[in-house]
Amino acid sequence: MKVLVTVKEVTAVDDEFEIDGLGIDDRYVTADLNEWDEYAVEEAVQLSESLDDVEVVTVTIGPSDAEETIRQALAKGADRAIRVWDDALDDDAMLDPATKARLLAAVAEQEDPDLILTGVQSADDSLGATGVTLADQLGTEWAAVVNALDLDAQAGVAHVHRELEGGVEELTDVELPAVLTIQTGINDPRYASLRGIRQAQSKELAEKTLADIGLDATALDSPIEQTALYEPESEGGATLYEGTPEETAGELAGLLAERGVGQ
Amino acid sequence: MTVLAVAEHRRGELRDVSHELVTAGRELADATDGDLHVAVVSGSVEEYADRLDRDGVDVIHTVAHGEEFNHDVYTQAVTQLAEEIDPTVLLMPQSVNGLDYAPAVANRVGLPLITDAVDLAYDDGLTATRELYGSKVETTIDSHADSTAVTIRPAEWPAAEGSGDATVEPFEATIDESAIRSTVTGFQEVGGGDVDISEADVLVSIGRGIEEEENLDLIRDLADTLDATLSASRPIVDNGWLPKNRQVGQSGKVVTPDVYIAIGISGAVQHVAGMKGADTIVAINDDPNAPIFDIADYGIVDDLFDVVPALIEGFES
Ligand SMILES: Cc1cc2nc3c(=O)[nH]c(=O)nc-3n(C[C@H](O)[C@H](O)[C@H](O)COP(=O)(O)OP(=O)(O)OC[C@H]3O[C@@H](n4cnc5c(N)ncnc54)[C@H](O)[C@@H]3O)c2cc1C
Ligand SMILES: Nc1ncnc2c1ncn2[C@@H]1O[C@H](COP(=O)(O)O)[C@@H](O)[C@H]1O
Repeated sequence: MKVLVTVKEVTAVDDEFEIDGLGIDDRYVTADLNEWDEYAVEEAVQLSESLDDVEVVTVTIGPSDAEETIRQALAKGADRAIRVWDDALDDDAMLDPATKARLLAAVAEQEDPDLILTGVQSADDSLGATGVTLADQLGTEWAAVVNALDLDAQAGVAHVHRELEGGVEELTDVELPAVLTIQTGINDPRYASLRGIRQAQSKELAEKTLADIGLDATALDSPIEQTALYEPESEGGATLYEGTPEETAGELAGLLAERGVGQ
Repeated sequence: MTVLAVAEHRRGELRDVSHELVTAGRELADATDGDLHVAVVSGSVEEYADRLDRDGVDVIHTVAHGEEFNHDVYTQAVTQLAEEIDPTVLLMPQSVNGLDYAPAVANRVGLPLITDAVDLAYDDGLTATRELYGSKVETTIDSHADSTAVTIRPAEWPAAEGSGDATVEPFEATIDESAIRSTVTGFQEVGGGDVDISEADVLVSIGRGIEEEENLDLIRDLADTLDATLSASRPIVDNGWLPKNRQVGQSGKVVTPDVYIAIGISGAVQHVAGMKGADTIVAINDDPNAPIFDIADYGIVDDLFDVVPALIEGFES
């Protein structure tokens, strides 16, 4: 059985930052593996540990800078990685769900996995749409916001819980092959061991251009265009206490006492 | 132009976002003197149609098929309806069920998809505003397509009110049963247990800023000092540091205490969904741009490891 996991390097913005065109100035960002994808990788690795003959392959759309981040998944037990990139792709350009899915689907068609795991959302773009778009492009079944997975490979069914709003879970049976979008908390992601980190260096990380996956630059055509990026005006009328921690905490303690807290 | 908005219901109840979709849809339709159509799929559709008939709704399409949400049914029904009506904007909710069918509908109808919109405008074409990087930055997105699918963020638009005189039209969707490859077998409530944080008058709520499990003792001390109940954002619960029944937010509990003290919590939309109704919101966060300050009444921009001990001391004296 083959499990394909989509992984994205996401950027977190520093407390203070500057906007540069349609992106954040590089000096104010740090990169990491998307939190939701960490859980997806862990879920796949756990499957490979509990079932015989499971290969875990990760796929990312990202520039070569992302390789270090992507290797984290290899260090945690994924078998090999694919990175799609092309000169036609621009570092800063935001890809819409259909475009992302088109590229990922082309890889999925070559790899032919039984199960695809994605994150529910990426922490930076927060589209929350790539997994289900991918499923429908591939014509497979899917389930979004999965926080429990019990795979019956023999019967070709994934028994999942979908985490709805307000502490309610929906119990759903999904026919395989399928794309599941994984929610945080589904498992307890491991830390990479030193041995794992060493082994990751020698695992395959294949770079593929659009041509390699059977596409050309028209695959990037999208009617959606990002036109501006700006800091929202603070809506807050918050009263901010200023001074040393003793001073600010003292004022807050006074307010809380006034509100009857602790009585 | 025509706007088509798809309502949402669960276990017999129309969800709040349905009437917010009506408001967002009406605003768009007004921009071009267009019509607002609303669709409701599965369950007691006539009863839902009755409740969806608010001011400004022109037509309500009902699709009677099954009881509860099933994404294969929704995808087929909404796709067929969208192909028939050809809306300029197809509005769906960025809810958990929206996440489960909106991208599939957009793909099948061949519409570009803009998700989690917090504002929409129509002038020659559709412009959506959405947030990036944990709500620190906003972006505007233009669609150059004739027709666009959009999911809207819940609780961003007010609920539509008044009563309308929409025509209710049953829509005969052809549901291919063999294409239904997922089955909902039940529901399960989670998060019961020793405390009910939604009953508390004062909540001390901790987020990822606490860094290590051991550091939680500091927050426990604060909660004890203030005679408050301890709650948390999702990562604390995901890490297993506190049980699920302590989680505030979209997938946890909705709380409305007199005082909510958010410590090391950024204020992600799914967290805010659970606590914005608190009387007084206090935030302690060392990032002045953290979105939690947008909804806080009082704030301290500083390191929680300096402020919290001082607060314990200050309150005791
Ligand atoms: C479908 C779905 C449902 C979700 N449901 C929920 C939910 O019910 N509840 C929920 O909470 N989240 C939920 N989330 C997750 C949500 O999107 C955020 O990831 C989460 O709320 C972030 O938690 P946080 O604020 O604790 O962490 P972060 O966003 O990482 O914020 C940590 C904050 O701590 C501050 N900080 C760091 N160090 C310090 C310090 N020393 N002193 C002071 N401040 C410091 C930082 O500036 C930052 O603002 C959901 C997500 C999805 C996709
Ligand atoms: N550039 C990318 N490369 C690989 N996977 C991605 C990429 N962008 C998004 N994904 C996957 O899709 C999920 C949802 O992301 P999004 O739809 O962007 O919020 C992420 O958790 C990833 O698993």
